[in-house]
Amino acid sequence: MKYLRLNLIGWILLLFMAALTPVHAARIGDITEISVWDQTVRFFSFKDPSLRYALTGAILLGLTCGLLGSFLVVRKLALLGDTLSHAVLPGVAAGFLWDMDKNPVAIFIGATVAGLLGSFMVTRITSTTKLKEDTALGMVLACFFGVGICLVTMIQRLPSGNKSGIDKFLFGQAASLGQSDIQLMAVVTLLTFGLVWLFYKELLTVSFDPGFAYSVMIPVAWVHHGFMLLLAFSVVIALQAVGVVLVSAMLITPAATAYLMTDRLHRMLLFACLTGMLAGIMGAFFSFLGHQLPTGPFMVLSAAVLFAVAFFFAPSHGVVIKWWTRRSRSGRVRRENTLKAVFHVLEQEKFRQEGVTLVELAELRRQTLDGTEASCLELVRLGYGTMPPGEKAFYLTPKGMRRAQTIVRNHRLWELYLTDAANYSPDHVHDDAEEIEHILGEDLVRQLERQLNFADRDPHGKPIPSAEEIISAHGTVQSSPPTATGYRKPS
Amino acid sequence: MSEMIPALDWQAIFVAPWTTDFSIYGWIFLMGFLVCAACGLAGNYLILRRMALVGDAISHSVLPGLAIAFLAANAWTNRQAAGEGIDLAVEPSGHGISYGFAIFMGALIAGVLTTLMIEIIHTRTRIKQDAAIGITFSTLFAFGVVLISVYADKVDLDADCVLHGEIAFVSIQPFFTIGTYQLAPSPVIRMGLVTFLTLGLMVVFYKELLVSSFDPGLASSMGINATFVHYALMCWLSVIVVSAFEAVGAILVIAMLILPGATASMLTTRFPIVLVLSLLHAAASSVLGLHLAIWLNSSAAGCMVVAGAGIFCVSWVFSPSQGILPNWLKRRRNSKCLPSAGIGTETVGES
Repeated sequence: MKYLRLNLIGWILLLFMAALTPVHAARIGDITEISVWDQTVRFFSFKDPSLRYALTGAILLGLTCGLLGSFLVVRKLALLGDTLSHAVLPGVAAGFLWDMDKNPVAIFIGATVAGLLGSFMVTRITSTTKLKEDTALGMVLACFFGVGICLVTMIQRLPSGNKSGIDKFLFGQAASLGQSDIQLMAVVTLLTFGLVWLFYKELLTVSFDPGFAYSVMIPVAWVHHGFMLLLAFSVVIALQAVGVVLVSAMLITPAATAYLMTDRLHRMLLFACLTGMLAGIMGAFFSFLGHQLPTGPFMVLSAAVLFAVAFFFAPSHGVVIKWWTRRSRSGRVRRENTLKAVFHVLEQEKFRQEGVTLVELAELRRQTLDGTEASCLELVRLGYGTMPPGEKAFYLTPKGMRRAQTIVRNHRLWELYLTDAANYSPDHVHDDAEEIEHILGEDLVRQLERQLNFADRDPHGKPIPSAEEIISAHGTVQSSPPTATGYRKPS
Repeated sequence: MSEMIPALDWQAIFVAPWTTDFSIYGWIFLMGFLVCAACGLAGNYLILRRMALVGDAISHSVLPGLAIAFLAANAWTNRQAAGEGIDLAVEPSGHGISYGFAIFMGALIAGVLTTLMIEIIHTRTRIKQDAAIGITFSTLFAFGVVLISVYADKVDLDADCVLHGEIAFVSIQPFFTIGTYQLAPSPVIRMGLVTFLTLGLMVVFYKELLVSSFDPGLASSMGINATFVHYALMCWLSVIVVSAFEAVGAILVIAMLILPGATASMLTTRFPIVLVLSLLHAAASSVLGLHLAIWLNSSAAGCMVVAGAGIFCVSWVFSPSQGILPNWLKRRRNSKCLPSAGIGTETVGES
């Protein structure tokens, strides 16, 4: 919640920035400077009032849409946002008809009512017919939009009235934002943040476990309706800057980006707000660089770029990061399996010989000789063993021996645990242990050996390498404190 | 307000389109019907496969394909003209074969790309399918709009028309001629070709489409490659959408995809009958929409969607098996003859 409050302070500051005195008048869509650089400088000097309005609007809508979109994404309702945003169009037209002018309040009310009607229709269609939700969503989206298009066309063909600006609702033009629009946006943003802050617990519970929410007396239906109302508000304020068609992208894309970045909802809200805000700023900036460029598509593309970055590089959920961890993990598993095979060969010979020949190793691992040599060389490089030149044999270093014993110990402890504590039959435990041996951490191993009374034989009668053995195997590690390995029996 | 809705002039609205002004409105009606029919037929499979919103996605994302196709074809024609020394300003080569082919390819690529992107986003990360759809189509659509506005002078598309199309321009398009006989406006010919191909493909691959839509497991046991059918359907869908594009635009086409099938499945559960009913719905909504558009002096495509939505609402209320009114009557009757009202309502609700 601390983050939300910081956010609030942040954008209130930005609102004050919007009140600086104007020097020149330049709007998005007009090229006033010659080069891209001059235009960039002009953008970041915040000299032009219309530009400041546009920027403030973009930031406000990014914040609101990111915040509410997060709930949509985690509730798997992303396309409800899409439907709702298309469904507001007839409401916009009706609000326009109210006094034949671009009156923000009339349009706001009309659009909100139409959006809510749309989401209500979706619920009614799915509950009273056999049609599936996707069909209902698509139908409501397109039909409401059709009605809206009819109304907009009729308005445009009317002989009288100030018709300018109605077509700007389709793709959005941040340059056409005025002071009254910004005030409305600020009020809605404040309201949204306030309500989400107040009812954070309720929203969280309803989003993740409606059944539980119901059982702890949270009025699930009311929370849902309230959320829909807020969503309709946010769609409506975003209309002018982004346009009817692309509002849904501002709801979904920043929230999905945040969803990849973190696992905690409150952090996701923060990230989504930041991404939305950044996308808004970038969109306003890029559309300021050219002549007559619509703002909405640029905001959406900026959000998509941010999403693409998160898609590839998000910590723990990014595709590249996941690929990298998987690769390094599979490398480690391969190395540990080779070490284990060396140990098994030595164990067969009752530890009488010093090293193992590559032929023995290859037979045990059912590999080609070349493959075995390659994996042995990898181990040599990491200091787990040595391969004297001219000899086709592999010798474990003390470090390698310790590691091999640890793996074998993990394997056999787990087998014993499965047979003793989980009542598996001894011939079913090997495959499971084969996977878990690479994952078991020291804490878990200590817990296991306590639970198994420090047993020294696995279910197949083979010895479990004991802690002392691992430590004193080659005599060189005794200098390190015994607690460091964590494998000591209490004496 | 009163100037919004003109008086209902019977002669001008209902008679003239079919008599004196037939040469204009006949083509508009035919185009509307062809679009509704092709979309409605393909849309039935979308509804069955619960992919209605993938249709939504594809209808948005053919836009960049279309824009790039325009740019490519433009560059190609320019280079050819430069090579042959033809001045384009004097002798515009118009929308030749290269345009048609480029647009066709653009649509196919856009369709495959959309399907792939949705697949990749939702299988490679933990983002759910709905959000993946939303991200994909909005990004591609935004890209298309940016292309159109940056290359406004080179792309023959209007950003607003992209959304709702302009079906009324059909009758003033150049006619397709065989010899000296003027057959029909070329968009109508194109759309007619697509519609008949759709019908033909559906007849030929009826079994494959049906089985893979209802039961992909059974389909693969019968040796039908369900993944291939999926991608083929998506490709064909994007071809239909792109041919309908200039008539109805990116968003109204969604209504034409879903409404006929949804209305038909309110009335029956047999799939062949659903197909026939969706054709009927297409015809009815284009006729009614045409009259509505003439009366209100509004966008013809928009009015066709409104008319189609009206027909859906009527079938929603009055459908014998699952309509609101018959269900309500049944429930009332049941609650009268049964001692406990609760039992009666439950049985009706479940049936």
